Amino acid sequence: LNPRRRRLGFILAAAAVLSALVLPLSSEAVATLPARPILWALSLAAALLFAASAWTGGWRGIALGFAGVLCGAATTLVLLRDSGIAGSAAAGFWTIVLAVWLGGGLCVVQLASQRPRGDALRRALNLAVPLLFGAVVFYLWEVLVRGFGVPPVLMPSPSAAAARFASSLPVLGQDFVQTFVRGVLIGYVIGCGAGLLVAIVAQRFAFLGRGLLPLGNFFSALPLVGVAPIMVMWFGFDWPSKAAVVALVTFFPMLVNALAGLSASGHMERDLMRSYGADHRQMLMKLDLPAALPFIFNALKINATLALIGAIVAEFFGTPTQGIGFRISTEAGRMAIDMVWAEIALAAIAGMAFYGLVALAERATTFWHPSYRT
Amino acid sequence: MTNSAFALPASAAGTLRHHPLVVRYAPIVTIVLALIAIWYVAAVMMNLSLVRGGFEREETPYTVSELIAGTMSAERPLLPAPHQVIAAFADSVFGYAPNAPRSLVYHSAVTLSATLLGFVLGALFGIGLALMIVHSRVLEKSLLPWIICSQMVPILALAPIFIVVLGAIGLQGLLPKSIISAYLCFFPITIGMVKGFTAPDPMQLDLMRTWSATPRQVLAKLRWPAAVPYLFASLKVAITISLIGAIVAELPTGAEAGIGARLLAGSYYGQTIQIWAALLASAILASGLIGLVDLTERGVARQMGMRP
Repeated sequence: LNPRRRRLGFILAAAAVLSALVLPLSSEAVATLPARPILWALSLAAALLFAASAWTGGWRGIALGFAGVLCGAATTLVLLRDSGIAGSAAAGFWTIVLAVWLGGGLCVVQLASQRPRGDALRRALNLAVPLLFGAVVFYLWEVLVRGFGVPPVLMPSPSAAAARFASSLPVLGQDFVQTFVRGVLIGYVIGCGAGLLVAIVAQRFAFLGRGLLPLGNFFSALPLVGVAPIMVMWFGFDWPSKAAVVALVTFFPMLVNALAGLSASGHMERDLMRSYGADHRQMLMKLDLPAALPFIFNALKINATLALIGAIVAEFFGTPTQGIGFRISTEAGRMAIDMVWAEIALAAIAGMAFYGLVALAERATTFWHPSYRT
Repeated sequence: MTNSAFALPASAAGTLRHHPLVVRYAPIVTIVLALIAIWYVAAVMMNLSLVRGGFEREETPYTVSELIAGTMSAERPLLPAPHQVIAAFADSVFGYAPNAPRSLVYHSAVTLSATLLGFVLGALFGIGLALMIVHSRVLEKSLLPWIICSQMVPILALAPIFIVVLGAIGLQGLLPKSIISAYLCFFPITIGMVKGFTAPDPMQLDLMRTWSATPRQVLAKLRWPAAVPYLFASLKVAITISLIGAIVAELPTGAEAGIGARLLAGSYYGQTIQIWAALLASAILASGLIGLVDLTERGVARQMGMRP
């Protein structure tokens, strides 16, 4: 980032905040900023901090900029509580938002181009940059939706979805248990377990392996979630049908990856094992399976996402009256979009946690793999 | 590999068992045949009680062979036999005019158009995003983690919302479905292309710098050619995801046409054979699309002078 451009950006941000002191906040008649002493002070502080940041470089400049962003963001969020401003915000309000956006963006850009020396510091920075970026995006989403008064049916504000999430925890808990614990986990274990077992058998009999590999590749490219209505017909509305879909969807990726992984051990290692007089079982447990672990975990990670999708889609075809997919489709039908977003947040959190757990297990068991060595 | 199979001298191919074509395809054919056999057995077993119940309700005496014949030709079987599925498929493909609402060709075309539009949108968006990420360190650090995180989120759950939101602002029909497809399939392309654009090693980049190449020239002459193999690998993943997205997008919306609509209607009315025929259509569509990408890849590789 060009320092001159950076300075210009922060000066613009400061000017934008200052202009909000005179511009109308809303198209309706509401108190102006100077008439609200606390907010007046807050926005003035934001302008000063931006201005200070414009003439300070390095870490201190970033810190000052962020303080300004926080002051500006707080001002707008408090202003939105005024019903005269929410939905009919005008130029004065939007200039502060613009300033926050500009300041936040500049700070993120600066932060991303820092090259700290310490390892821990670098890791913290790698975490902080995307988080701050996300915070700016969520802030803009919140302010735009509420400032323009977008009807909640179209797009709820993140705060409304979060409030809904917090207030309907029991329902969300039920849906989580139904979809995730029963449908996804059971199906995942069955599908991945069966895929691995078949791969082990196919590795023993080369003929089988040569036939299964192309077929597995073919099947894992098919839109297998389409079998959901059939599974619902076979296993009923409750979780077994979801588990069956999940098992089917996760089977083929595991089969293909495990087959590839089981033949990953090198000739030297096999010869060594043979010279030790290892039988097939020892060969499998001590060489082939450990060598296949990276491939197996690859499949487990792919399947973590596929499993959730499979279970949710299967719920579109009929469920007992709970489950994430059921709730999403019924609440979308009732136009309760904030509840839908709360469910999506639940699915997202569950999906990421699931993926994260698999990734952690991978780190713990394949620590020897070159990709983890530094 | 196939070339060498035909060029094999007669003496070396003395026994049929060791002919490369046999070695390659015999296991596949065997397993497919075994699967079909298992399917038939399963069809008999699963439909048995259904057919027996039918006979007993009509109080007609029946023999075992009649019973088994009944399981092969039930109207709404739990599991239709393969020949029933193929017959239904052939009937709904060739039995009606291609634009009749009962024709599978019509439904496949509806889904295919959403798939292809979504695929093109998603590919363009994905490549554009990858270009931005490769050229901006800020975006790489701030945006890429979110894109990777969103890979772990069941994005398909968003489908109904998109349909509702887009329907509320007056968008209906093809576009919402394609947007879901595009949304689903741009991730693998972005990830693959970021990997592809960064595939040239520092030596090659340094060489470009010594020639004082502009960033655009580096992109056109080094990064882009290096990314082509990655592009096609991710396109193959993306086009199947795009098809899945289009089919699933037809589910919660109550669409009237498309493979997803056929699945939904089949499950509402217990028309199992119709569901299986629709699944067969989607499988053929998927393998056709992948084959198309594969062919394009080979053509492009030959154009670029890559040796097969």
